[in-house]
Amino acid sequence: MSEQANAATTARLLSGWGRTAPTRAAVTAPLDEPELRRLVSAAGPRGVVARGLGRSYGDAAQNSGGAVVELSDFDQIQLDADTGFVRVGAGVSIDQLLRRVLPRGWFVPVTPGTRMISIGGAIAADVHGKNHHVDGTFGAHVVEIELLDADGETRLLSPTQNSIDFWLTVGGMGLTGIITAATVRLLPVTSSCMRVDTERATDLDDLMSRMITGDDNYRYTVAWIDCVAGGKSLGRGVLTRGDHADIDELPATKRRDALAFDPKVRLGIPPMVPGGLLNRATIAAFNEMWFRKAPKAKFGDYQRVGTFFHPLDGVRNWNRAYGPRGFLQYQFVVPLAEADVVRVAIERLRQVPAPSFLAVLKRFGAANAAPLSFPTPGWTLALDVPAGIRDLSVALTELDEVVAAAGGRIYLAKDSRLRSDLLATMYPRLAEWRAGRDRLDPSHRFTSDLARRLAL
Amino acid sequence: MIDALGNPQSVLVLGATSEIALATVARLARPKLDRLILAGRPGPGRSEAAIQVKHLANTVTEIDFDAEDTGSHAELTNSVFAAGDIDIVLLAFGVLGDQEEAERHPAAAVEVAQINYVGAVSIGLNLAQRLDVQGHGVLVVLSSVAGERARRSNFVYGSTKAGLDAFATGLGDAMHGHGPRVLVVRPGFVRTKMTAHLPDAPLAVDADEVAERIVTAIRKGRETVYAPGAMRVVMSGLRHLPRPVFRRLPF
Repeated sequence: MSEQANAATTARLLSGWGRTAPTRAAVTAPLDEPELRRLVSAAGPRGVVARGLGRSYGDAAQNSGGAVVELSDFDQIQLDADTGFVRVGAGVSIDQLLRRVLPRGWFVPVTPGTRMISIGGAIAADVHGKNHHVDGTFGAHVVEIELLDADGETRLLSPTQNSIDFWLTVGGMGLTGIITAATVRLLPVTSSCMRVDTERATDLDDLMSRMITGDDNYRYTVAWIDCVAGGKSLGRGVLTRGDHADIDELPATKRRDALAFDPKVRLGIPPMVPGGLLNRATIAAFNEMWFRKAPKAKFGDYQRVGTFFHPLDGVRNWNRAYGPRGFLQYQFVVPLAEADVVRVAIERLRQVPAPSFLAVLKRFGAANAAPLSFPTPGWTLALDVPAGIRDLSVALTELDEVVAAAGGRIYLAKDSRLRSDLLATMYPRLAEWRAGRDRLDPSHRFTSDLARRLAL
Repeated sequence: MIDALGNPQSVLVLGATSEIALATVARLARPKLDRLILAGRPGPGRSEAAIQVKHLANTVTEIDFDAEDTGSHAELTNSVFAAGDIDIVLLAFGVLGDQEEAERHPAAAVEVAQINYVGAVSIGLNLAQRLDVQGHGVLVVLSSVAGERARRSNFVYGSTKAGLDAFATGLGDAMHGHGPRVLVVRPGFVRTKMTAHLPDAPLAVDADEVAERIVTAIRKGRETVYAPGAMRVVMSGLRHLPRPVFRRLPF
């Protein structure tokens, strides 16, 4: 018998980025694929799920009473610098990937608001970014997935071969198997700078009409909304849009080291923050300040990639600022014709009152072929809310109904509280996904707290 | 699973006719539970309770539970958990007993102790094992301020609650870091059927108020809760009263 090196398994309480509802799991970071295979085959009745960097807000990457595998040692990056295809281990973060490929003139095709997510997680949640209306989700740029299935076999999935299983896995929340590596098509760039236009909008109508008329002129667009403002200013916000700057257009000072990428963490939040630091008053003050700080209109500003895409990555553990009760992010999408739901949501949360200091509005482009992928054409609103607020549950349950009735849906990677009975309405292809998953994993060896809560 | 805002999907009530437990279930079911199990002695009381909570869950099941029949507890626990996870257990059974009767007939006192303490230890440990396996959940144990310092007028009942309280507190410490939690509830005088024949004591509360305190404590992740909240202060004073003084208190 050959000698097997095994990583230690520890019992840990895990929660999502929102730090709510912790549960215990046996956590192991396997050193290699054979060990991962042994862990999957040894999983007991409470199953196993892969956990990346724990940036899902809710319970997607926790598995109470079961096993959790962390793929931090699956960290290889193989770049073909001529073609821009990169094969990456599932545990590689977008941060690590950018540090490796950006200096060589390549950029990740899709990045969410943080670089601190793993490639495996990006595929499992089928994440999107500010360029969804142009480029679609992360999954649209994946050319091959290496998936360890319930039988311990590695399957190669791509949009052309095994395409059904490929799309079941994209957005499949880690429930079709464990993604061990993927090959991704990168975007060529000549600098690590963004050319950015910023505008302030005085209310929601103003903001939405600017987005409808102007979004198609930009690769990247997003709006921050002041959810505290009411009355005539309801839905006022700051619209930020941009594109990769070409090296030739940069001012001479920025042309040297045009592809440099070395963002720093400037600040950290300590582990024990008392509850209520982010309360109604501080959040209202922040919103007012943030709105006023933005220029009324500024065009052609040059910003570094980190500033434009990932401003919060400059503050380590910013989720701790919400205190011990934690917070949640509510993100939904509704069809373009149902834009009024965005207003209803802002008004309903003001009524609670549930203040939000991070509220983001974006217009999605076309959906892809994945049955559980979140983005569909329409308006998506994402807002962070402290979890300890009274009557928040009632308000959000009402909004779930409104969103479902409008033909919209909730984003599972953000969810921590949806009721299972609305899921099939929100995701009309749920039955198709379940049938496919049952074929790939008949005994539901891959499971998570999210899967239990929503009976996925 | 209990969600981010503290809403459970499945609740097990031990002591199906407990007014505090039923009021707690009504507050936990916002708007509806998936699964509610009422465990208690079969009879009109349990059936009535089941009708009362029917609208609070997709499925309401009644099962037979006898606190004194400790030999049946393991099987009962296994069958409940075999059908799915339990997010919250309300351990709410217990009897007040009659102090004078108990002093005259020790067998009556033994019965109170068997139900309130021995039965709770037995089912409590069985539940703890299953909660530990599932890695999450809250075990809510209805103790009483009567157990914090036993009084002349009901020390048999008080002593059973003292034992139960110490057991539940210790169990909570044993579970720390395992995922599941234990919440020890110490109500004062609660106006219920069980106390209907008694005059109100100071700081008396209704079952609804206790339920509200329990639900808030679950959401905040507390380990101990008094009802009313002021009882904590009162008891920390009473605990230190010299015995000759305490003995003469008029309740």
